[in-house]
Amino acid sequence: MKFFRYIKNIFLGIWHLLQGMYITMLNFVRPKLTEQYPENRGKHVYFERFRALLTMPHDENNHHKCTACGICMNGCPNGTITVISKMENDPVTGKPKRVLDKYLYDLGGCTFCELCVRNCPFNAIVFTNQFEHSVFTKERLVKQLNRPGSSLAPKPVQKPEVKVSNGNVEGPALHKGQPVPPEKTQTI
Amino acid sequence: MWSFSELTEWIDATLRSLMGDGWALFVEFVLIGVAVLVAYAVLALILIWVERKVCGFFQCRLGPNRVGKWGIFQSVADMIKILLKELIRINRSDKVLFRMASFFVIIGSICTFAAIPFAKGLQAIDFNVGVFYVLAVSSLGVVGILLAGWSSNSKYSMIGAMRSGAQLISYEISSGLSLMAIVVLSGSMQLSEIVAQQADTWFIFKGHIPAFIAFVIYLIAGHAETNRGPFDMPEAESELTSGYHTEYSGIQFGFFYLAEYLNMFIIAAVATTMFLGGWQPLHIAGWDGFNAVMDYIPSFVWFFGKTFFCVFLALWVRWTFPRLRIDQLLNLEWKVLMPICLVNLILMAIVVIL
Ligand code: SF4
Ligand code: SF4
Repeated sequence: MKFFRYIKNIFLGIWHLLQGMYITMLNFVRPKLTEQYPENRGKHVYFERFRALLTMPHDENNHHKCTACGICMNGCPNGTITVISKMENDPVTGKPKRVLDKYLYDLGGCTFCELCVRNCPFNAIVFTNQFEHSVFTKERLVKQLNRPGSSLAPKPVQKPEVKVSNGNVEGPALHKGQPVPPEKTQTI
Repeated sequence: MWSFSELTEWIDATLRSLMGDGWALFVEFVLIGVAVLVAYAVLALILIWVERKVCGFFQCRLGPNRVGKWGIFQSVADMIKILLKELIRINRSDKVLFRMASFFVIIGSICTFAAIPFAKGLQAIDFNVGVFYVLAVSSLGVVGILLAGWSSNSKYSMIGAMRSGAQLISYEISSGLSLMAIVVLSGSMQLSEIVAQQADTWFIFKGHIPAFIAFVIYLIAGHAETNRGPFDMPEAESELTSGYHTEYSGIQFGFFYLAEYLNMFIIAAVATTMFLGGWQPLHIAGWDGFNAVMDYIPSFVWFFGKTFFCVFLALWVRWTFPRLRIDQLLNLEWKVLMPICLVNLILMAIVVIL
C-alpha cells in the first residue's frame, strides 16, 4: 500500500508541476503591458484622474478664477501653496478689494493629495497629466501658477449655491469625474 | 550533409605544407584553444541575453530593451562593465585558494564544453570514454565551489559551498545513472559513436519509455548541477546573499557567472547529444522525401536548435517553481530520482535484450 502511495505521489507531483508550467507559459505568450516611455511620449493616454501637476487654467483673456481666498493654502497638509494677495481698487465699485498677486506652488513638497483642488470653492485650480517634472535645482520646483498680468475673471463667479433636491445636498460644481466629497454634502 | 571535417582537414593540410609536422600540430592546438574560448565567451553572452529576455517574458515584462534593438548588446555592455570592475581583496581570506577557485570552476566547464560534438565533424575532444570524461570533468566545478566557499572567510560563502557540495555530489549520481541508460542502449561511450548511431532514430524514440524517463531525470539532475532554478540552494539570494560567490568581484565573479550559464548550455548540449540525436536531423523511417528535406538543414542548426530547446525548458522550469529546502532537495535525489534511475537502468537493459 505504501509503495502504491509512493508511486501515486510521484505522478501527482509531476501533474502539479506541469500545471505550474502551464500557467507560466500562459504568461510567456501573453502580450506585454510594459509602456516604453520615451518612445510612446505624447502617444500614451493617461487616466484623467492621474494627478501630476497643479495648474491654474486661464481663459483666452488671461483671466483665472482664483479670488485669493487662501482656502487651498490653509488646507494643504504640507504647506506647498503660498497665496500672496494685494489690495486693488475695484474698477466697478471703486472700493479696495483683495486680488491675487502670486500663486506659488512648490512641487517638491506636494504629495498630490488633491485636497487643494477639492476645497477650492471656485474651481480655480486643477491637476493635469503633465508629469515630466525633473529640473536641476530645487528652486525651480517652485512654480508660479498665475500667469503674469492675469486677473480675476470679470464676471464675478457665482457664490456656490447649495441645491437641495431629494434630500441630497449638492455642493458646487465639482471637478469633472470626481465623486462628491462627503464633507461638502453632509456637514450643512 | 556538409561536414566540418572538410574545413578542418583543409586547414591541417595547409599548415603541414607550410611547416613541419610538430609545428603544424602546435598551431592547430592553439587554434582549437582559441576557437573553444571564443565560442565559450560568445555563447555565454548569447545565453545571458536569452535568459534575461525569457525571464522577462515569463514575468510579463519585456526584459532588456535599451542597448541595441531588443537589447541584444546588453550582455556585451555588461561584459565591458564587469571587465572594468575592481578586484576587491578580501581581508583574511586565503589568497591563493581564493584566486584559484574561480579558475577551477571555469576550467571544468570549458573542458566539458570542448568535448561536445557541435556539428558534423566539429568536435575537439573525442575520447572513446567520452561520456565518462564529460561526467568527470564537469564535476571539477564542485571543487572550485567548495574552495571558493572555504577560502573567502565568510559564513554565507561557507554555508553556500557546503550545500552546493552536498547537492552537486548527490545529483551527479542521477545524471550519471541516466546517461548510463543510454550507454547501455548504444553500447558505446564515445560521443561521436553515440551520435552516429542516432542517424535513423534518436535514442529518445529508440529507447521507448526508459529513454524518456532517463531524459527527464537527466534534465532534472542536470538542472540541479547547474545551481539554477528551483535548486539554487548554494546561491539562495534571500538566505545567503549569493552563496559561494558572495565575496567575489570583477572578472572573478564573472567567471562564476559565465560558468553557470555555460553549464546550463552544456547540460542541454549533453542531453541533446545523448537523447535527441546530437546534430543528426530528424528522420522518420519510411518518409524518404521528408528525410531528404531534413538533411538539407545544416547540422549545427539542428544541434543548436535542439540545445536551445533544452535551454528553454531549463529557463521555463527555473522561472516557474519556487526554491526547494535543502532537505527536500536531498530527499528528492536519494528517495525519488536515484531509485527511479536504478529501476530505469534495469528496464533499459530489458529493452536492449528484447
Ligand atoms: S495636492 Fe495636497 S499637498 Fe499638493 S498642493 Fe494640494 S493640498 Fe498641498
Ligand atoms: S485657488 Fe481656490 S482656494 Fe486657493 S486661493 Fe484661489 S480661490 Fe481660494
